[in-house]
Amino acid sequence: MLFTSYSFIGFVLLLALVYYLVPGRHQWKLLLLGSLLFYAFSGPWNLLYILTTSLTVWGGALAVEKNYADKKARLKELKKADLPADQKKAKTQAFKKKQAADLKRIMVLTIVFNLLILAVVKYTNFLISNINGILGEGRQLSLLSIALPMGISFYTLQAIGYLVDVHREVIPAEKNYFKFLLFISFFPLVIQGPICRFGEVTEGRLFAENRFSWKNVSFGLERILWGFFKKLVIADRISAAVNTVIGDTSTYRGAYILFLMLMYTIELYADFTGGIDITIGVAEMLGITLPENFKRPYFSQSLKEYWRRWHISMCEWFRNYLFYPVSTSKPIRELTKFSKARMGKDLGRRIPVYVSSFVVWFATGIWHGASWNFIVWGLLNWAVLMISEELEPLYAGFHKRFPGASGPAYSVFCMIRTFLLVCFMNLFDCYAKIGEILSLLGSVFTVHNYGAFFSGGVMELGMSGTDYAVTGLGILVLLAVSIYEERKGSVREMIAERPYIVRTLVWTGLFVAVLLIGAYGAGYDASQFIYNRF
Amino acid sequence: MKKRSGIIIRTVITLAVIITGLALLQRLLMPKYVDGIVEGAFVKEYYSEEKDHDVLFIGDCEVYENFSPKVLWEKYGINSYIRGSAEQYIFQSYYLLEDALRYETPKVVVFNIQSLQFNEAQSEAYNRMSIEGMRWSPSKVGCILASMKEDEHFIEYVFPILRYHSRWKELKSTDFEYMFKTKPVTFNGYYMRIDARPAENVPKGKPLGDYSFGENAWKYLDKIRDLCAKKGIDLLLIKAPSLYPYWYDEWNEQCEEYARENGLNYINFLGITDEVGLDYNTDTYDGGLHMNLSGAEKLADYLGAYLQKEYGLKDRRSDTHLQEIWKEKAAAYDAEIERQKELYGIE
Repeated sequence: MLFTSYSFIGFVLLLALVYYLVPGRHQWKLLLLGSLLFYAFSGPWNLLYILTTSLTVWGGALAVEKNYADKKARLKELKKADLPADQKKAKTQAFKKKQAADLKRIMVLTIVFNLLILAVVKYTNFLISNINGILGEGRQLSLLSIALPMGISFYTLQAIGYLVDVHREVIPAEKNYFKFLLFISFFPLVIQGPICRFGEVTEGRLFAENRFSWKNVSFGLERILWGFFKKLVIADRISAAVNTVIGDTSTYRGAYILFLMLMYTIELYADFTGGIDITIGVAEMLGITLPENFKRPYFSQSLKEYWRRWHISMCEWFRNYLFYPVSTSKPIRELTKFSKARMGKDLGRRIPVYVSSFVVWFATGIWHGASWNFIVWGLLNWAVLMISEELEPLYAGFHKRFPGASGPAYSVFCMIRTFLLVCFMNLFDCYAKIGEILSLLGSVFTVHNYGAFFSGGVMELGMSGTDYAVTGLGILVLLAVSIYEERKGSVREMIAERPYIVRTLVWTGLFVAVLLIGAYGAGYDASQFIYNRF
Repeated sequence: MKKRSGIIIRTVITLAVIITGLALLQRLLMPKYVDGIVEGAFVKEYYSEEKDHDVLFIGDCEVYENFSPKVLWEKYGINSYIRGSAEQYIFQSYYLLEDALRYETPKVVVFNIQSLQFNEAQSEAYNRMSIEGMRWSPSKVGCILASMKEDEHFIEYVFPILRYHSRWKELKSTDFEYMFKTKPVTFNGYYMRIDARPAENVPKGKPLGDYSFGENAWKYLDKIRDLCAKKGIDLLLIKAPSLYPYWYDEWNEQCEEYARENGLNYINFLGITDEVGLDYNTDTYDGGLHMNLSGAEKLADYLGAYLQKEYGLKDRRSDTHLQEIWKEKAAAYDAEIERQKELYGIE
C-alpha cells in the first residue's frame, strides 16, 4: 500500500476516525491491528518475518532484564552471606563471570539470529552474484527468488536498538509483547522509518490515551499535505527524466550525467523527506509525536554537518549501536594502544576512530543496498569525512590568516560545495556497476554534448517544458519554506498564527496544487518511495 | 456558545466555498467531447430524451454509426434510440440497458454481438467514454465495477478530477464554453458521417488459437437476455455489416447456436448485404469499418421492415406529440447533412 495511494489515504482516515471513537485504553490495540493489517497488505507471509523478529527480540530483552534482576538479587545474597571474605569474593567473581557470559550469549544469539534473517533475505543473492563472479562463466549458481519483506531493514535495526537499550539499562524491557510488536510494526514507521528508539515512541504517546485534538489533526493533515506536495509535485515529476537517463547508459552520457546528479539529488530529497512528512503527519493526526529525521540537509556547510541533518535516525542508530560498541571493543582498544605508541598521541588517537568509522560506513553502505555501488558510496563518505578531519588544521590556519573569509558568502560557498559533493556521491545510488559509474563520470569530461543537451535534448527525457516549470516552482516553494525554517522555525506554527482567511487560503492553495499538478493517476507511473527499497 | 456557533458557521461557509470551487474545477477539467472525439458525449445525451422508445439499440460503434433512427421513424413510425458508445463492452451494454430500463420499457432491444469477443475491458479511455455519461445509480456502480481495469480506481469515477487533474495543460476555449451546457452530437444516438471511402483490400482475420467467447462475455449476454425476459422485452441479436474487425465464422456459429437455444432472433448483416442493398464502395466512410449515412439509412430501412414483421411494432406516425419531436429532430438531421456536405465538399 503506497503512501500516495487512495487506499492508504482511505485507510488512514478510517483508522483515525475509529481511533478517536474507541475508548482511550484500546487505542494502541487498534493501532496494532491496523498496523498488522497494513503489513499484511504487502503479503500475508511477510508477517512471519516481523512476528519472528518481534518475538525473539522481545523475549531476548526480557531475558536480559531477568539476568540483571537475578544478578542484583544474587549479589545481595552473597553480600549478606556468612562466608569468609576470600571465599565470598571468589564466589562473587565466579557468579559475575557466569552472569556476564549468559548475558553475552543472550545478546549475541538474539542479534545474530535477526541479522541472519536480514542477511538471508537481503544479501543472499548479492553473495551468490559475487561467487558467480569468482567462478566465472559456465559454473554459475542460480540466484534465489526471495522477496524482501517490507521495511525489514528498518524494523530490524529498530528492534536491535531496543535490545541494546535494555542491555544498557537505558529503558526497562517492555512486558507486554503486543506493545512491543506495535513498536516495530507501527504502520507509518515501518516502510521507511524514522528508526525510532523505544523511549522516543513511549514519550511520543504511542501507547498513551490520546484524546481528539483539532490542533493535532489539522497539524497532522497539513504535514501530510506538505509531504504529498514534495512527493507528487516535485519528486515524481522529476523521476520521469531521472529514470530515462538511468535507463540508457549508452545514449545519456556527458551533460546528461551532470543533469542526472542534480535532478536525482533533488528527487531523493523531495521523495524521502516527503515520505517522512507523511509518516510524521499521520502519527501527529493520531496524537503521536515521532522524532524528526531531517534538518534541511542541503544547507549543510560540510559533509559532517550533512550527516547530522540527513536521515538523522539512521545516523544516530549507527553511532549508538555500531560505532560505540566497535570503538570500545577489545581489538580497537588494542589498536589505540598500538597506534599511540607508534604514531604519537595525536594521530594514534585518531587512527582507531577512523577504523571504527570505516566499519560504520561500510555497514551504512551495505544497509542501503546489497550491491557494491552502495558499499563504495558508503566508503566514499568515510573517505571524504576522514580527509576533512585531517585537513581541519589547514582550514583553521586559513581562517586565522584570512578572518574575512567566513561571512555569509563563504557560508553559501560551503553549502554549494557540500551540495555538489552530495550530488556527485548520489550517482553511486543510480547505477549498480562501479565500472559503469566511473565511465559515466569520465564522460562528463570526454563527451561534448552540452550544446545538444541544452538545445533540445533536455526536453526529450519525459519532462515537458510545463513539467520543468512546475518542478522549478515547486523547488522554489520548497527552498523558501526551508530558508524560513532554518532561520525562524516552524512554518506551520507561523501560518497558524495568521488570520483565518490567510490560513485557509494557504492550505487550500497547497491542496489544490497537489490535486492539479501532482504527478499521479493515469499517465503517470505510481512511484514507490526510493527509501522503501533500502 | 456564541463563539462556538461562529466557528461552526465559518467552517461550514469555508467548506461550501472549497467544495463549490472544486466542483467547478472538476467541470472545467473534464473532457467535453464536443469536437474531435465526440463519442464520450453519447451516453449522457440519452437523459435529455423523452423516453418513450419502441426500440432501444445497445452496443458499440457498429450500432451508433450503422443505423439511422430517423429512417425508422419516417418509414415505419418506429421511435428508437441508440444507447451506443465507443467499444462498448458487453457488461457495459448490460448496465446501460439496465439504466435505460429505469426510465422506459421498449418493446424490442437490439444488441450488436460484436463485443462478445471481449471478455474484459481493454482500454481505460473506452471505459471512461461509456461510463462517465451515466447518471449515478446502482447500474452505474455495477458498470464501473465490471469495467475497471487493474490500474483503475473507483474513486476516480466518483471524483473525475482525480483522473483529469492534469488536463489544465491542454484546456481549450470549448472547455470553458461547455462547462455548464452541452451540444448534441448525435441524432437519437446515431453518429452521422456522410462522406464515403470504399472498402478496398480488407484484411482477412488471422487464425486464432481459440475461437470460443469468454465466460464473462457469455454471462453478460445471459444477463441481457434475462433482463429483457423479466421486463417482457423482445431481444434481437445482430451483427452489423462492418468488414473489420474481422468476424469469424466460428464466432458466428456460436451466436447462431445461442440464439437457437434461447429462442432469439439473430441477424448477421454480413450475410445479407445484397438483400439490404449495401454497396461497400458508397456506403462506408472508412473503408468498411463503419457505415456512412447512405449505409445507415439502408440498414435502418431493412431493419424497420424486419421489426414490424417479426415483432409487430405499430406505426406511430399518427402520434402528434411524436410527430412534433421528430419534426425538430429531422430538421437538425438535415441541417447536419448540409453542414457535412459543405465540410467534405459533397454535392
